[in-house]
Amino acid sequence: MTTKMFGARIPRSEDPRLVTGNGRYLDDLGHDAYEAAFVRSPHAHARILDIDVSDALDVEGLVAIYTYEDLEADAASRVGEPLPLLIPHPTLTHGRTPYALARDEVNHVGEAIAMVVAENRYIAEDAASRIVVEYDFLPAVVGVEAARAAADLVHDDVPGNVAAVMVQETGDADAAVDAAPHRLELDLAIERSASMPMEGKGVLAEWDPDDRSLLMHTSTQTSTSVRQAVAAKLGLPVDRVEVVTPDVGGGFGVKIVHPWPEEVLVPWAAVRLEHPVKWTEDRREHFVSSAHERAQLHKVRVGYDDDGRLLGLSVRFWHDNGAYTPYGLIVPIITSTQLLGPYKPGVYRVEFQSLYTNTVIVTPYRGAGRPQGCFVMERTMDAIANDLGLDRALVRERNFIQPEEMPYDHGLGKTFLFQDGRQLVYDSGDFPASLEKLKKLVGWEEFEAYREQARAEGRTVGIGLACYVEGTGVGPYEGGHVRVETDGTVVVSTGLTTQGQGHQTMLAQIVADELGVPFDRIKVTTGDTRRFKYAVGTFASRTAVMSGSAVALTARKVRAKALSIAAEALEASEDDLEIVDGHVRVKGSPGESASIDLGAVAVLSNPLRYAFDEAAKRATQFASAADPTRPPVDAGDAPGLEGSDFYSPIRSTFANGMHAVVVETDPQTAEIKILRYCVVHDCGTIINPLIIEGQIHGGVAQGVGGALYERMVYHPNGQLLNASFMDFLMPYASEVPTVEIDHLETPSPLNPLGVKGAGEAGVIPGSAAIASAIEDAERIPIRSMPISPSELFHLRLKNREGQTR
Amino acid sequence: MTRETLVPVAFRVNGAPYQLELPARRLLSDAIRHDLRLTGTHVGCEHGVCGACTVLVDGRPVRSCLVFAVSLEGADITTVEGCCDEDGGMGPVQQAFQDCHGLQCGFCTPGFITTITAYLDENPDPTADEAREAISGNLCRCTGYQNIVAAVQRAAELRASTGLGSGPGSTGGAGA
Repeated sequence: MTTKMFGARIPRSEDPRLVTGNGRYLDDLGHDAYEAAFVRSPHAHARILDIDVSDALDVEGLVAIYTYEDLEADAASRVGEPLPLLIPHPTLTHGRTPYALARDEVNHVGEAIAMVVAENRYIAEDAASRIVVEYDFLPAVVGVEAARAAADLVHDDVPGNVAAVMVQETGDADAAVDAAPHRLELDLAIERSASMPMEGKGVLAEWDPDDRSLLMHTSTQTSTSVRQAVAAKLGLPVDRVEVVTPDVGGGFGVKIVHPWPEEVLVPWAAVRLEHPVKWTEDRREHFVSSAHERAQLHKVRVGYDDDGRLLGLSVRFWHDNGAYTPYGLIVPIITSTQLLGPYKPGVYRVEFQSLYTNTVIVTPYRGAGRPQGCFVMERTMDAIANDLGLDRALVRERNFIQPEEMPYDHGLGKTFLFQDGRQLVYDSGDFPASLEKLKKLVGWEEFEAYREQARAEGRTVGIGLACYVEGTGVGPYEGGHVRVETDGTVVVSTGLTTQGQGHQTMLAQIVADELGVPFDRIKVTTGDTRRFKYAVGTFASRTAVMSGSAVALTARKVRAKALSIAAEALEASEDDLEIVDGHVRVKGSPGESASIDLGAVAVLSNPLRYAFDEAAKRATQFASAADPTRPPVDAGDAPGLEGSDFYSPIRSTFANGMHAVVVETDPQTAEIKILRYCVVHDCGTIINPLIIEGQIHGGVAQGVGGALYERMVYHPNGQLLNASFMDFLMPYASEVPTVEIDHLETPSPLNPLGVKGAGEAGVIPGSAAIASAIEDAERIPIRSMPISPSELFHLRLKNREGQTR
Repeated sequence: MTRETLVPVAFRVNGAPYQLELPARRLLSDAIRHDLRLTGTHVGCEHGVCGACTVLVDGRPVRSCLVFAVSLEGADITTVEGCCDEDGGMGPVQQAFQDCHGLQCGFCTPGFITTITAYLDENPDPTADEAREAISGNLCRCTGYQNIVAAVQRAAELRASTGLGSGPGSTGGAGA
């Protein structure tokens, strides 16, 4: 047997290229392309009265200026129509999407109004700065409360600013709450943050006027769907458009949205100008014209028994979807379903409103609605424990779904749908075992002694915990293609894209084991529609589950074909053969005589007339005595040692985890310091522990950022006040704690590898766990995150005055 | 508006001499990336906060997005490409990043590698706390920094074991 790669802690094969400066990110390409810059609205809500470009026209090096009029005038395409609403939903009764360039109204600061194309970016910005737009100002709606109050409207034709109202329930939850022996109500809030990858978006489009074909590179999380969308918008046959995702400098959700205005406009301009055009988003553009997430207000009603067991849970929340809804209701749907975590809520009802505001659109950012849901449920658990004077871990334990109850259907006999339109059914997990591991890892039982010791030193410390369940690996499908070249190299491709998760390494590990080839002979390509045309995209922690399973199934097919060809060549039964280190051999006889390497099998798989190289001779028509009764390629067979297959699960697989955090709060300054951060993580079987741990570390850092530092600060007039890295405080190394990790592996029964997603997990319980720890340290209810030292200080003051509930 | 005036400038990058004529406002980051086509240096914020564009100028870390290229007459500049070993393979800091899984998307990594290269010239044997401090001026959105801290110490080990007392940072041009 070849050394087992699945589960091995091996360094990534991506790295040598990336660390030596040989990555190819979007702006590393197209040095000779024209460059685009945009005139973007400086106002949150306004009608456009006039756009005057005359002063820009004499800028030397200017190539073109486009406004909405130019889009509208192009009747052969659909660039003048609104951008697509990607995920329609029956309850999204008032979905609205923007035009690629604003038509007559702008709805947030940063909305694109004119595109300038020039010889380089400097000149394009010179020209853009000379374009004068005249506005008629409209009142801005900023924040959930203003949207809910609806004194002003974002869209004239959307009453109450309500894009959607959605209700799911398993029974009469409010009656169950009313009938319960104990009841609590909580008002909770989470602020805006954003994915904020280190590389912004970017697009390079090259039009071949002779071939009438478009090659587009874009920093996206879904190249296949960008391809379809761009072809549809530009009115091009799909087979004339190819989209390649180069190296991507982080995504975290924001790059799943598509087509961005620039993804339509840049190729459209490249076609018109018959010249490559590139746009590279700058940081300020990313702040004001990509996407944010998280902002929600929640109202919880919960009823429970004397032991703290939930009897009824009724949650209403209000979700700020920003100015448009291109990504539908995915974020609030996830909040409303994943809020349940590892618990049985009794009778559950959830209702949300998705509301328009004159701010940047809201689409998934790592965690995608789960951090808010986790915050709601975990704050509720702590509130119950405090109310009953019970240990917080115990209350959680009493409400856990038990391992023997898996698969667990949250619908309790009713329809209750997850974000994939499938019933919310957990497939696996052992929550009591995970909690046991976490308590041990953090020293839950010993904490009171530590608290006393700290108190004696004049220090204030607290401990908190939070549990989550994460639906991962959502469908509909992913596919894989595996080909063995005649030199023995194994070429693997899958359609979804990569933003730093180590897919090349992880997928090669899977194929190495399935096919029996050395890891370093495997070359993996992702996100290139020239190589693989059917895919969904990289989001919802789905690559290991979806593409991992797909390439495993594909490799099994190719292996079967290899064995069949080798059996003939070796005059042996397929059942007696194995593939070890890239050689097919008779089991238990590693001698050369009874062995054929996979490259030679690949040669034999392709019957030839012409011996174009030495190896090919073996497959030519006079090389050996073939069976004269059969054609060289049998019916149903195909030349080449290759295959393709797809994986499409019945529903999502649910990973889970629990975090515990110890904080210290400064008695004077209210500074909040994380002393320890512990994670127990269950993503099923682990393909590469090094990569999993990296994903957790990064997720936790974003969780800490979201809990203590990051927020989008909007002025009531709709200006984003902190649209720079100076003012939007992403954590540096000095703010992120060392993460201690323990794993539990409960394999998923839903896929051939037993894996569950791991990409988003680390971020989900951050705000919930840190709020729990601060509350424990301060004995002040924490109901809103993020929390700054200044806010904690004022909470203390309010609490002393007895104003806090 | 007439074409921009070009200003001549000469400097060395990774040991190789360059003579360029650039607009006075052209940023060093753009000159390195688009004029010299050394695209390992990345631009993450264009306002000097993230550190992705860090290069070494005469051995010292500099944010290349905050410097005009024409102001560097006679300078010795080292980019991430200049932190490779003599054969173009991974140098010790780069190797340490792979060993410790110190990168994910890799976009911020070049800025860390140049920063750490210069730091280890100053402090060849840092503690974990010192290593963390050394990288606390660079932003990474993927890794949570834990493995980068480990990579700093691993790089120190590798440099010590290969007898590389000083890296490209101190010589100002490894390829020279």
